[in-house]
Amino acid sequence: MTSSTANAASHAVHAGEALVRQVRSAINSSAHTPAAAGPPASGWLVVTVLCEPSAIDTAALPTPLAELGDKIEVRVRPAADSKGTELAARLTDAVSSGTAAQRLSGSDPQSDVRSALRRAKQLIEVGEVLAVDPAPHGKRSATPGGLLLETWTKVAPKAGVR
Amino acid sequence: MRAVTWRGVNEIGVEDVPEPKILNDHDIILEVGLSATCGSDLHLVGGYIPAMRAGDVLGHEFMGRVAEVGRGVTKHQVGDRVVVASFTSCGQCWYCQQGLFSLCDNGNPNPGITEALWGQAIGGCYGYSHAMGGWAGSHAPYIRVPYADQGAFPIPDGVSDERALFVSDAAPTGWTGAHQAEVRPGDVVAVWGAGGVGQMAARAAMLMGAERVVVIDRYDNRLEQVRTHIGAETLDYEEVNVPAELREMTGGRGPDVCIEAVGMEAHSPGPQHVYDQVKQQLRLQTDRPTAVREAIYACRKGGTVFTLGVFAGLVDKFPLGAVMNKALTLRGAQQHGHRYIPEILDRMSRDEVRTEHLATHVMPLEDGPKGYQMFKNKEDGCVRAVFRPGA
Repeated sequence: MTSSTANAASHAVHAGEALVRQVRSAINSSAHTPAAAGPPASGWLVVTVLCEPSAIDTAALPTPLAELGDKIEVRVRPAADSKGTELAARLTDAVSSGTAAQRLSGSDPQSDVRSALRRAKQLIEVGEVLAVDPAPHGKRSATPGGLLLETWTKVAPKAGVR
Repeated sequence: MRAVTWRGVNEIGVEDVPEPKILNDHDIILEVGLSATCGSDLHLVGGYIPAMRAGDVLGHEFMGRVAEVGRGVTKHQVGDRVVVASFTSCGQCWYCQQGLFSLCDNGNPNPGITEALWGQAIGGCYGYSHAMGGWAGSHAPYIRVPYADQGAFPIPDGVSDERALFVSDAAPTGWTGAHQAEVRPGDVVAVWGAGGVGQMAARAAMLMGAERVVVIDRYDNRLEQVRTHIGAETLDYEEVNVPAELREMTGGRGPDVCIEAVGMEAHSPGPQHVYDQVKQQLRLQTDRPTAVREAIYACRKGGTVFTLGVFAGLVDKFPLGAVMNKALTLRGAQQHGHRYIPEILDRMSRDEVRTEHLATHVMPLEDGPKGYQMFKNKEDGCVRAVFRPGA
């Protein structure tokens, strides 16, 4: 093999490697984000609510959290720099937090807790849980992409990176 | 009712859809008077933001009259003429309270999608995919407006429908760019893109005291609009070397503030456009950042670059070395419209902001596919196709 051939081969290999890295990155961008690191070991899921800590009574929680009853434990503490109140919840039974794919698809064990926290925050801050469906739309075509998106949209209120 | 819908990549339809209903106490139903196409719609039309479903109603820039009010609405009554911010923002969360309305914690009912893409969910946007909430758009006779006390603004009597329409999105987006980039009196500001948003960013910069504002594009009619209606200078990037011209205009320093109002489908002359196009089509990058790169290179040391055009994901060949070594401030945002709309309406009523010229082609809803085709291909000097549902 001549040196020019070797150089060309080397460039080709590097280009191939770069291409593979790019494809991997595009397909699985979460591999390079904190999302891949998963939730904290403590299992707490947290939202920050713009209210005083005294406005959240852990003995009389907003309905979405109250409905989970003794399946969850709840923690409240002031957020830094007057950003409101950190409202945290986790399942009382120690369970796996699920994989990144499960969390992003809303099928992890804590998905109901995640959804309840989001809805509780809305009730405290706005007084209502925002509804989008039924939204006016035209004829839905049965395409693989459309079905995938419909599935993801249905679980999106429960899905998250942590 | 009839509505303009996304049917597939590069396929726009007009079809029957159900009328919207009030679902939350803070909703209103708006009878749409005018609804504009927007450059960011083209990313949806072209399939660059793959979160649209066939049948989704398009449109996020609109005004009209209140047709029905929810029982929790206190600021609006049936018959009021209002313009609506394109983002759905609650007005109550910490981000809204800071004036960062597009970052609303509560305005996107599908937060899991953008949280997966970006690490955090932002607010929702009408007619802008299921990633941004799945809200039905405004290219229809009626639209549901949640958080109406926050997002709908009365239009002063002296401001026409055609002028007020662009207070929904283009004007406050421009204001967001100029204000968040902290344009100061005496600054030289360069704006990439002479569409509606670029023109409004230029006008905002002028009203904030910029000494010199230069808008860059390649379409003669748009550059002419900038000179005539905005009062800024222009550069045609197909005719001149933009960074060299900007250096000469600024005594070799470069602009103090560079605002990119182009977005993920940027065009440029030369081989880099082909390179970016190929990589985007192969899905090796989701966005083409051509104008951002040029803005970074052109900006003066210690200056600010603001990405106001819409980007969705990943870009390639990003000049981070220039950002770091030139000590640039790099910022971006969707529009924080609720913060700026009252000021813009007030300035419009004093004739300091004019936007009617953007609506180059006004047509009925049934012409939706034609309107998008004209807008996308810049046919007949189209700057914005605008639909009038009542026509």
